[in-house]
Amino acid sequence: MAARTLYDKLWDSHIVKTEEDGTSLLYIDRHLVHEVTSPQAFEGLRLAGRKLWRVESVLATPDHNVPTTDRSQGISDPISRLQVETLDQNCLDFAITEFGMDDQRQGIVHVISPEQGATLPGMTLVCGDSHTSTHGAFGALAFGIGTSEVEHVLATQCLIQKKSKNMQIRVEGRAPAGVTAKDIILAIIGEIGTAGGTGYAVEFAGSAIQSLSMEGRMSVCNMAIEAGARAGMVAVDDITIDYIKGRPYAPSEDQWPQAVLAWRDLVSDEGAFFDKVVNLDASQIQPQVTWGTSPEMVVSINDRVPDPAEESDAVKAEGMQAALDYMGLTAGTPMSKIKVDKVFIGSCTNSRIEDLRAAALIAKGQKVAANVKQALVVPGSGLVKAQAEAEGLHEIFIEAGFEWREPGCSMCLAMNADRLEPGERCASTSNRNFQGRQGQGGRTHLVSPAMAAAAAIHGHFTQV
Amino acid sequence: MQAFTTLKGIVAPMDRSNVDTDAIIPKQFLKSIKRSGFGPNLFDEWRYLDHGEPGMDNSQRQLNPDFVLNQARYQGASILVARKNFGCGSSREHAPWALEDYGFRAIIAPSFADIFFNNCFKNGILPIVLDETVVEEIFQAVFAHEGYELEIDLQAQTITRPVGSNIGFEVDSFRKYCLLNGLDDIGLTLQKVDDIRAYESRRKVEAPWLFGA
Ligand code: SF4
Repeated sequence: MAARTLYDKLWDSHIVKTEEDGTSLLYIDRHLVHEVTSPQAFEGLRLAGRKLWRVESVLATPDHNVPTTDRSQGISDPISRLQVETLDQNCLDFAITEFGMDDQRQGIVHVISPEQGATLPGMTLVCGDSHTSTHGAFGALAFGIGTSEVEHVLATQCLIQKKSKNMQIRVEGRAPAGVTAKDIILAIIGEIGTAGGTGYAVEFAGSAIQSLSMEGRMSVCNMAIEAGARAGMVAVDDITIDYIKGRPYAPSEDQWPQAVLAWRDLVSDEGAFFDKVVNLDASQIQPQVTWGTSPEMVVSINDRVPDPAEESDAVKAEGMQAALDYMGLTAGTPMSKIKVDKVFIGSCTNSRIEDLRAAALIAKGQKVAANVKQALVVPGSGLVKAQAEAEGLHEIFIEAGFEWREPGCSMCLAMNADRLEPGERCASTSNRNFQGRQGQGGRTHLVSPAMAAAAAIHGHFTQV
Repeated sequence: MQAFTTLKGIVAPMDRSNVDTDAIIPKQFLKSIKRSGFGPNLFDEWRYLDHGEPGMDNSQRQLNPDFVLNQARYQGASILVARKNFGCGSSREHAPWALEDYGFRAIIAPSFADIFFNNCFKNGILPIVLDETVVEEIFQAVFAHEGYELEIDLQAQTITRPVGSNIGFEVDSFRKYCLLNGLDDIGLTLQKVDDIRAYESRRKVEAPWLFGA
């Protein structure tokens, strides 16, 4: 057989049927569901009198709307509450496994599924959420879908898809100290742009990617969508397999050897064809900070806010100026001089145990700067929270003046009570710096957990 | 789903690239558990001067006179012409729901974000990818002529302009078929029950751990 990419293999093994025009019916192994993009899908099923095709493939949890403060009070916003209750009811009616708001396993969908071993190599995994690309870190084909497709998967276990093109992004070499997976993916987006991956399934490869932990790989794949790629993935190796072993949804002991054998093949073959290859040198990457309203508007901490006057493309220059106006920044300002009002450590990009450890390392024995009004640490799941507390990380944060919260999406998109006020500037470990993303008029700078913690302590961005 | 055959309508310009789904429909409106009623909140943060929340009476809110869709000349527009990477960001189908509810049935741009592009077809909206220079021509024509209209024929895959030659466009044949007939693709997939069952039996042998609890 001809040499195939990892994506080719994942694709081939899930084809139910291919039509003459090249569209395929693709089988879906795992379906994650949250409260925001599912109510209309369940309503659609009810109206058509349709059942779930394979209920065991579905795992649900509320994350976007849940409060990150005391859960015993319930959700105060009646509209948010109704949405979460609707999910609870739908899971009950359709007999779906749900980690409800009071379950310790509750958390951000993209954190809980890997944590449970519900994300496995070789799977196709979907969720009504664009950051589903996260799960590709396991050598899986994982991508976000819309609500109509959520309904389609619930009813048929399949999706109608056309194959994407193959792209490989190779990051070779050793990243300097202080450079994390988040900096690598931001540097990639800075290089190829937010539409650079459109139409492609991207495999992240190279020694700098292989040396990342699963947490790091998830941070990278998480933001594949910010580079325009619906799916990002990393080949399977020992790090992948070791991570999965012993997790609740992992293969049973008698199936384990067969599973591992199959997973070992989940790498791109030597000589496999990629429609596009992008190369980056990890040793040249510095800690990254975004300055604008799109993730591609990013520079390294040693740089200055770019000047639109130096941009030759007029449309681009205009966009840069609009971003600077929104962000309240002046061209030429050193990034390290930018002061922040709030700090958010959390989101499906950076709320796993390693992220919290990295932030705690910086916060230890320090105090949040006086100009920082609020510094939030929001673990990705109840289990991450418990693990962090077992390691005493919460005490480090609380000592330093951070707020230690309950798990959820929180200020990543501010659908719950955690948000920026107009004009407030935030160092955020999340993945989107769009206008108003963290609250109307809010100004977001995307950074790594270490950089966010350092910004909290110093009151401005700084070398980490 | 509403079928799409031909459409003749006023074109409104959205003259910026990377218009994201947070801009198309801000997140506070995603709390709705319904599929309809998002039109009044399309581009909410750009369109109104105050901050919008679900449940507000939008007719009482102050419109931003500078926002393009608030201008008299674009009222009743059903075609949106946009720049690169339109619809990037989240997978929220609320974005096409809001566009459709507002009255847009077709969007023309040099490129679209993948998930948004896909979501349009599921909601009776035709997204059309055209060359950047052609999109630029349309922008200029829209700016120059008040009430500028285009006529889109999906069957023929053509756009007719008041002046100038017709523009052809590409569309995936399966998507075209569904859109022309207003077909719900769940129904179509369920006609392949036997294929799905056969795949599952085969796969249960190859990868039984995928079919555990
Ligand atoms: S943490 Fe943010 S990006 Fe991730 S799923 Fe939640 S809202 Fe989406």
